[in-house]
Amino acid sequence: MTGMTKQRIGNILAKQGILIAFAVFMIGFAIANQRFIAIDNISGVIRSSAILGVMALGVTFVVIGGNFDLSVGSMMSFSTIVVLDLHDKLGPALAIPAMFGLTMALGAFIGFLVGYMKLNSLIVTLGMLSAIHGLTLTWSGGKNMDIADKAGTWFSVFGQGRILGVPVPILIFAGLAIFFTVVLMKTPFGRKVYAVGGNGQAATFSGIPRARIVFLTYVISAFCVATAGLLQASRSLGSQNTVGQGMELQVLAAVILGGASLMGGSGTIFKTVIGVLILGFIQNGLLLMGLAFYVQYVVTWGIIILAVWLDVAAKRGRLWSPTA
Amino acid sequence: MTSNRYRDILKHGAIWAFILVELTFFSIAGEYLSVSDKAFMDFDNMLLLLKQSAPIGIIALGMTIIMINGNIDLSVGATYALSAIVLLDSMTWPALQAMGDWAIPLAWGLALLTGAILGAINGLIVWKTGVDAFIVTLGSMLGYRGLVFMINGEQPTSHLNWTLVDFAEAQFLGLHTASWFLLTAALVLWLMMTRTVHGRNAYAIGNNREAAVNAGIRVGPHMMWNFVLIGFLAALSAVVFYSESGSVNPNDGMLFELWAITAVVLGGTKLTGGYGSIISTLGGVIAIQLLRKGLGHIGAATETVNLVIGLILIAVLLLDRQLNLKGKQELKI
Repeated sequence: MTGMTKQRIGNILAKQGILIAFAVFMIGFAIANQRFIAIDNISGVIRSSAILGVMALGVTFVVIGGNFDLSVGSMMSFSTIVVLDLHDKLGPALAIPAMFGLTMALGAFIGFLVGYMKLNSLIVTLGMLSAIHGLTLTWSGGKNMDIADKAGTWFSVFGQGRILGVPVPILIFAGLAIFFTVVLMKTPFGRKVYAVGGNGQAATFSGIPRARIVFLTYVISAFCVATAGLLQASRSLGSQNTVGQGMELQVLAAVILGGASLMGGSGTIFKTVIGVLILGFIQNGLLLMGLAFYVQYVVTWGIIILAVWLDVAAKRGRLWSPTA
Repeated sequence: MTSNRYRDILKHGAIWAFILVELTFFSIAGEYLSVSDKAFMDFDNMLLLLKQSAPIGIIALGMTIIMINGNIDLSVGATYALSAIVLLDSMTWPALQAMGDWAIPLAWGLALLTGAILGAINGLIVWKTGVDAFIVTLGSMLGYRGLVFMINGEQPTSHLNWTLVDFAEAQFLGLHTASWFLLTAALVLWLMMTRTVHGRNAYAIGNNREAAVNAGIRVGPHMMWNFVLIGFLAALSAVVFYSESGSVNPNDGMLFELWAITAVVLGGTKLTGGYGSIISTLGGVIAIQLLRKGLGHIGAATETVNLVIGLILIAVLLLDRQLNLKGKQELKI
């Protein structure tokens, strides 16, 4: 009987552990500092998490499909630089679609290599991380990119604007999260992504076009990266070449924190959003407690490993690995 | 059988053939494009190249072993930085300063110990929790970087010790100190992987973990030892480099893990484990450094280096796939 109860508690912890952890953190921080739960603080945290969050939405598709995407940080730098550069050359109305087209072409190239050519996604996207970084530097000549007329452009609306008092980045993040939840949960395509990631061989035998599904997950990821680049460029109206450097691993941390398995076949958009928010609120909470920004690195380390460990432990029914 | 051997020779020789192609190309192209009068294949230039390959190279050697074993380590860049800080900071402690130049071996020892401990923490977590090494080291990449900032603060740490600088800049039999460390480490690790039980077991575990367990191999201690080793090597890389430069920035070593993995993959080691060689990794490291130097030599913009290396990495993967397909028609889906 106690064994059963233990098992059930373990299951609940594993399934909802991330939500419980989120709640505990929020309550803890709220007690430590009243300002933490002020509306404008919460809205500020979500707003600054939006760029990372939008990228994490796309990577969730890739990870559920059973692959990695390490190129998103480097690709985000690319789209930011490109849209800023084209803004002054073509005007914002043309620059934005052109940037989306170029970024998604890069995503399609990766999708082709991983999906159709069946190459290892970790190495392909590692190679693309480097290649796209080179592409960005070549495009910009290594210089920072700035919009000439910062005050006179409507381009800043995506990163700085508000609609009915809600910051636009939050609206875009929330809108995309809802849209992709529907795609993943309610469409045949979404079910196929789970099938391909869960058991690629079985999926192929049941007639699912594995290559095309994998290809599409990378195009979706690139679309999200382009959106993130737009938000970044619009927020700062100027950028370095390395603005997205290292974000690939933060994004992956958020997705893993949300409980998506790196083996593929599991994960949800909702949990990824929770993962993103946990990272954002921890950072904010620690800063409000007067701790330096780098303390969050150490805390995040502990949380990632605890979260995945609990998940793994619940699946095998024992806390410690049986490995001799 | 013969086709198998032919393929093996092709695979092991590929990276060295690639290096030859690079040397020829840059020598000929350099005649026309280079602004310097010196030939690309200048002896001193090649010696310098080996020295410059050492920091990433020493880490890549460790990464080879980790990957043959079927794991991965993303935290080496942070381990590198933390060890560098221990090295430079410890020499300013009053206790060590009082020792004069005897502080140097002690500081080296402390830095190397730091690396080994950080590696051991990774290894222990992977072993005891059963969480994938990718996730564990992704976490510790952040965590160790946090420790770097907590110990060091946000400002660079500098400490120049001239005895140490002389040692690091010395040339023995023509080779720089850093090159000696790279080559010695490669030799020792090559012997370990090809001549010892641990090496054989590491291959076996990476190749088929279940079969290795059934054959009575204890997976955990082998994994653990490999993580200690890569931590130690990341620290060794740091002490060799920072003995000369004497100044460390808390962001140093970022993306080193990706460079090291690139070199290892270029050398033909499989990410899935069970296959790879230390010597080929050395080739991969040299090939990358040659590309950097060569592109600079012919006057290409430095920006193109990343582009070229990334595309070569993908091309290698495509080639490797073609080679494998010829042998055993596709079984995996």
